[in-house]
Amino acid sequence: MQKIPKRDYSYVGKSLDRNDSFTKTTGRAQYTADLKFPNMLYGKLIRSTVAHARIKNIDTSEAEKLPGVKAVITAKDVPSMRYGLSPARFDENIFCVDKVRFYGDKIGAVCAVDEETVYKALKLIKVEYEELPAVFSIEEATKEGAPQIFEEYPGNVNTEIHHNFGDVDEAFKNAYYVRTDRLVGQRCYHAFIENHCSIGSWNGNKLTIYCSTQTVHYLQYHLARVLGMKMGDIRVVKTNVGGGFGGKIDLTGLDFSAAILSKITGQTVKMFYDHEETFLNGRGRHPMDMEYTTGVDKNGKILGTKAKIMLEGGAYTGLGIASTYYAGSLLNILYDFENYKFDAYRYVTNLPPCGAQRGHGQPQPRFAFEHHIDLIAEAIGMDPIEFRIVNARKANTETLAGYEVKSYNLKAANEMARDVSGWKEKRGKLPVGRGIGVGNGGFVTGAGFCQYRTDLPHSVGMIKIYDDGTQAFVYSQAVDIGQGSDTVLLQMAAEAMGYPYEQCKMYAGDTDLSTLDYGAYASRQTLMAGWAIKRAGEEVKQKILEQAVEMIRESGKVKEGWAYIGNRELKTEDLDCKEGIVFMKQEPHVNLTFEEVARRYFVTKGVLIGRGWYHPGNLGGNHKGAAVGTSPAYSSATQIAEVKVDMETGQIECVDTWDVHDSGTIVNPKLFHGQVHGAFYMGIGETIWEEVRFDEKGKLLNGNFAEYRLPTALDMPPVESLTLDESWEPNGPYGVKEVGEGATTPTMGAVANAIYDAMGVSITELPITYEKVWRALKDKEKNKK
Amino acid sequence: MSNSVIGKDGVKRYLITVNVNGSEYTKAVKANVLLVNFLREELDLTGTKKGCELGDCGCCTIMLDGKPINSCLALAVEADGREVTTIEGIADGDELDIVQEKFIEHGAYQCGFCTPGMIVSSRALLNENPNPTEYQVREAIAGNLCRCTGYVNIVKAVLDAADEK
Repeated sequence: MQKIPKRDYSYVGKSLDRNDSFTKTTGRAQYTADLKFPNMLYGKLIRSTVAHARIKNIDTSEAEKLPGVKAVITAKDVPSMRYGLSPARFDENIFCVDKVRFYGDKIGAVCAVDEETVYKALKLIKVEYEELPAVFSIEEATKEGAPQIFEEYPGNVNTEIHHNFGDVDEAFKNAYYVRTDRLVGQRCYHAFIENHCSIGSWNGNKLTIYCSTQTVHYLQYHLARVLGMKMGDIRVVKTNVGGGFGGKIDLTGLDFSAAILSKITGQTVKMFYDHEETFLNGRGRHPMDMEYTTGVDKNGKILGTKAKIMLEGGAYTGLGIASTYYAGSLLNILYDFENYKFDAYRYVTNLPPCGAQRGHGQPQPRFAFEHHIDLIAEAIGMDPIEFRIVNARKANTETLAGYEVKSYNLKAANEMARDVSGWKEKRGKLPVGRGIGVGNGGFVTGAGFCQYRTDLPHSVGMIKIYDDGTQAFVYSQAVDIGQGSDTVLLQMAAEAMGYPYEQCKMYAGDTDLSTLDYGAYASRQTLMAGWAIKRAGEEVKQKILEQAVEMIRESGKVKEGWAYIGNRELKTEDLDCKEGIVFMKQEPHVNLTFEEVARRYFVTKGVLIGRGWYHPGNLGGNHKGAAVGTSPAYSSATQIAEVKVDMETGQIECVDTWDVHDSGTIVNPKLFHGQVHGAFYMGIGETIWEEVRFDEKGKLLNGNFAEYRLPTALDMPPVESLTLDESWEPNGPYGVKEVGEGATTPTMGAVANAIYDAMGVSITELPITYEKVWRALKDKEKNKK
Repeated sequence: MSNSVIGKDGVKRYLITVNVNGSEYTKAVKANVLLVNFLREELDLTGTKKGCELGDCGCCTIMLDGKPINSCLALAVEADGREVTTIEGIADGDELDIVQEKFIEHGAYQCGFCTPGMIVSSRALLNENPNPTEYQVREAIAGNLCRCTGYVNIVKAVLDAADEK
């Protein structure tokens, strides 16, 4: 049993109001598209109108003649260096050099005095193509003689992974029951409401980029690399970010264009996407074809699992290589078994690139495996939750891949979810058309490695106390994309300093002003930026206590508290500071305010600054690809969904949901539950409605929210979100670990299993639409006859 | 229709007067200027967001003569002589409206991008129906998409605001 320290905190664990409460509820919060600069130009990308072709000629002359157009650029005007996530797969250019690889690919950019002129100019640009045969699915990409999209990816295979731990085939020989299931996940999209936007302003040899991004650091890094600049000459400032969910990490082409167009015109340039282009930019979930074979013993203990997963990746790689690893690397975190074989293939196709979306590569495999084990549990006559409890990983264990798992309470999560949902009374006892299902999930709390090779720490933080002690400025490049990272980091800063939360102010996501953090991805900021900020706060506190010792000595007040100290010198250990008051621990009436101590420090020593640093160190796992999956801490979660299926029409209604998250200490319960609600929301949408579709020529069919069907307020069930008191993570500051992404990973499995329970037919292809349900019910009837 | 002038480009501009959040603004606009662009570009009222520009997401919701509409589906000239309330007109200076207070209290927003439209829709509902049922709240905001919150806390906030009024 994990020993949990007493969590007697002033700010951590409290549902404090967000630091952006006023600006975001009054319309004053500024997003990139809201910014306006004097003499600013407006720009858009020129996009391909065919899926796969050689570019024979681009005629921009008519556009250039249009009054108000300031510049038109194509590949010949920009650096040709390729970029991406892994150097072996740097396959993307700012603009297509010779070929376009999907309908919507980036060919160039135009800027003009206003939006209207930009749109007119785009219509005047003539691109001549020599069309090439194209592939739009895994099936087409893998056919013999299929068109090759890249020379460097023969057979259109862009990534291949083969992990083999233990001996699965041997394990199957001893199994009581072995079962294979093939399941399919669809192409989904983040569907943040704020479209991508970037503003570039070039002054002398310095560049400033304002951007709606999840990571200012990587954006700065890639801009410097491709543009051949020093990182310090580029300032990246994130504004408020209108949602990200993984879609605002990969480069969009807007930042490069804004920078280059600004340099050419000598004016500030705002580059923006409209809604359909945001869909075309893609980077959402990969369609996946997943086959699992699992052997279990009589008691339901998993003896081994074989997974073969194929991913349709779209035209470029970007973060897609990490998605491919994540499709398999976390299964053994959740369930403890001894033999695991994972083979994965990511194929390139002539569709918009896929990448990271909330839960990164994992939610669909979670859906597939959770449904697969429900079918196994059914076959061996076992309750699905019991099956999961038997296989749940325990705390302080190591996975087959050598990942160290500290806190882990999956068993308790299953038990609590079972009890609060009334599972025992409902499962198998609900009327036809009504069902209840369970799914498990979880995620890393930050990736163990930087996205590029470096010895930099993962996060550093800084806190500066204002001259008179009345404000604390907290600096970090952590990015609040809505999850509330600014708020929880301020809570941790306030806690560590012993200073009022209300007097702390965040300077986040500005590469000039704030201090290094890799940004919002892999559910990393609360833990990683949290450590850096906590340590910075502790340094501030230490300096305050030292200053207070001097002041108490000088004031003579020390005599009042002398009794217990005896004749020795007063030490910092005799003092503490909480909520802005510095006091003697044994004699609390002997006290000073933080403000007066800080002011004295400023007067006698100069600016009061605290600094913090975090690096996860060498984490477990040394197989190829271990970097994707290794993490200082892992969350786990159980979700239960109850659904109603109309047995006539196939219509599905999600009526009730429960989530129990093993998330360590909860810094801000209000924000925490908000994460769970949103994760459930996305998962329900992906299970039943959402899918990005294309026509037979690769043209996007539903790049809008009328036809890409997000759940509305009328579709969303109540969500009961619960936490575990016993959850405490030794590798996290104040015992924290992740919630944001992990909470999306069980949802599709839970909802799909509930639908199966309601209708008695297993539907193995997402989304489980009303039509699929209706057809499955018709087939069932037919087969009966 | 009001007075018009023809610009050097040969395109006609209409002189419109719109009361926005209690102040009258007179501007010359082309016939094709969307109300959302008029508010954002001409008046710098960027609290009203541009999301889908197709009337699907609702983040550009404003009140036109008290009724919530998508300002991306209206032309600026349609607002001539009428009253517009945007998110900037919901609070009274620094004094927040009860809906705004309840959004903060219940954690009813995350990224905040849909929030202006969501608050305007909610305020419009409560003006019309001070005691809505949960279903009526959900129906009133069904045209406002939010990808962050699952609407769970938004619905709670609006119901709570109704209770306190």
